[in-house]
Amino acid sequence: MPEGYRGGPTLVEARAIGVTLGGKPVLENVSAEVHAGEVISLIGPNGSGKTTLVRVLLGLVTPDRGTVVRRPGLRIGYVPQRLVLDPTLPITTGRFLALTHAGAAAPGRERLAQILAEVGAGDIGDHPLHEISGGELQRVLLARALLRDPELLVLDEPAQGLDIHGRGELYRRIAQIREQRGCGMLIVSHELHLVMAATDRVLCINHHVCCVGTPEAVARDPSFIALFGEPQSLGLAVYHHAHDHDHDLHGGVVHPKHPDSPPHRHG
Amino acid sequence: MDDFLIRAVAGGIGMALITGPLGCFVVWRRMAYFGETISHAALLGIALGLVLNVSPIAGVVAVSVAVALLLALLQRGKTYASDTLLGILAHGTLAVGLVVIAMMETVRVDLLAFLFGDILAISAGDVLWIYAAALAVAGVLVFLWRPLVAISVHEDLAFVEGVPVAAAKLALMILLAMVVAVAMKVVGILLVISLLIIPAATARTFAETPEHMAVLAAVAGVIAVCGGLWGSLALDTPAGPSIVVASFALFLACFALPRAKRFLQRAGAA
Repeated sequence: MPEGYRGGPTLVEARAIGVTLGGKPVLENVSAEVHAGEVISLIGPNGSGKTTLVRVLLGLVTPDRGTVVRRPGLRIGYVPQRLVLDPTLPITTGRFLALTHAGAAAPGRERLAQILAEVGAGDIGDHPLHEISGGELQRVLLARALLRDPELLVLDEPAQGLDIHGRGELYRRIAQIREQRGCGMLIVSHELHLVMAATDRVLCINHHVCCVGTPEAVARDPSFIALFGEPQSLGLAVYHHAHDHDHDLHGGVVHPKHPDSPPHRHG
Repeated sequence: MDDFLIRAVAGGIGMALITGPLGCFVVWRRMAYFGETISHAALLGIALGLVLNVSPIAGVVAVSVAVALLLALLQRGKTYASDTLLGILAHGTLAVGLVVIAMMETVRVDLLAFLFGDILAISAGDVLWIYAAALAVAGVLVFLWRPLVAISVHEDLAFVEGVPVAAAKLALMILLAMVVAVAMKVVGILLVISLLIIPAATARTFAETPEHMAVLAAVAGVIAVCGGLWGSLALDTPAGPSIVVASFALFLACFALPRAKRFLQRAGAA
């Protein structure tokens, strides 16, 4: 079962989790853990229980069986799969970012502008949250998670609804966050080629744990191949190189190469 | 102005000042049908209060909390949609309430007053009661404002970020039950939720922040109470329903006016 590849202290650990929803077993005997500074990808087919496992780790779902241990006082940044905002609730983007920061600890305008720049969202703090585009909303969710200076960043299908260009950019940003902040990350995805390139450890589930290990080891695992096919056919190796090249661009500034980075807005 | 009218206006305004801000949460959290259920269950609360010889308000709050817990339990089965369960609980508890009241031989209950309210008959004591409840609810709302807004925007995010979600939801439910219990006297069980929903929905058109919307909702409620009582007096119509009619008219006007203005501007430009 999972071993601590990076040797950091354990941030969150789930042991032998079982969850049954509406009479159907969603998770059976699933164990998972995330260590400080480690990037884990959680992969699996649609409906395999990925989001449920994440919700168990976050404490949003109480498992029927098994235990979850979170390090006391752990600061978690969570980017949910999507944000369904009730249109009757008027709120600005800046207010949304700082929603759970109490009085004196509330971030000021400068801090909000800075965090929005870090995720490449531009100065949209004063815009109503309802009026920003889907791509901007994705970045704003990431900004809200980062604003807490998380020790564990949990991203549930962060690339959903983004085009190919947007996805590439997102994964470059994730690599950048990891380099600059060194926080542990749990990324849920079915975008194998994008995820595997930026990951220390892969956890592949399909209601139970299929396999776990380094991306290279998992890609050769028979149960992985049974689920997703041969790694070559997925273009895994090819993308790995492309990713290494993009790494040379790193730095705190917004990537100037990408035309959709400047703060402009789509209807 | 007659004394009873002064009491009615004072009581109505006190009511509107608190249903407005609290109603915003009902609208934001899509609790309209939940509120409806609580107001129906309130009759059972009153009946139990009479049977057990405790305050009707305590009865209403106790039954509301019980209904909410029962709802949470039934939702776990995931067999029935929430609105189906709410429909069952709303009408089930209303019917049980009616039966219990009918079975009480010693107490005569004016059922119509509970169903449709009787704001023109409220006493000075009732007015005091309304303001005391309004003050208590306002105090709790101010105290819990941040967590309540946070869970209204996104419950899961709020939970992960350390907001005590379950406690905040329970508090909101108890506040709702208290306001329903007090407001029943003004507009009755059948219309009490309208005082929560309509002013808040009216305020949405003009609001830019959650706080702004809460204040505007209170203002819209006060306008509706004054307009409704005035109309009731001028046209000799029942007071409770007239207040709701005024609220409804204000909502339609606020909804239509900005749109009509835009339409005319576009027509003028073309």
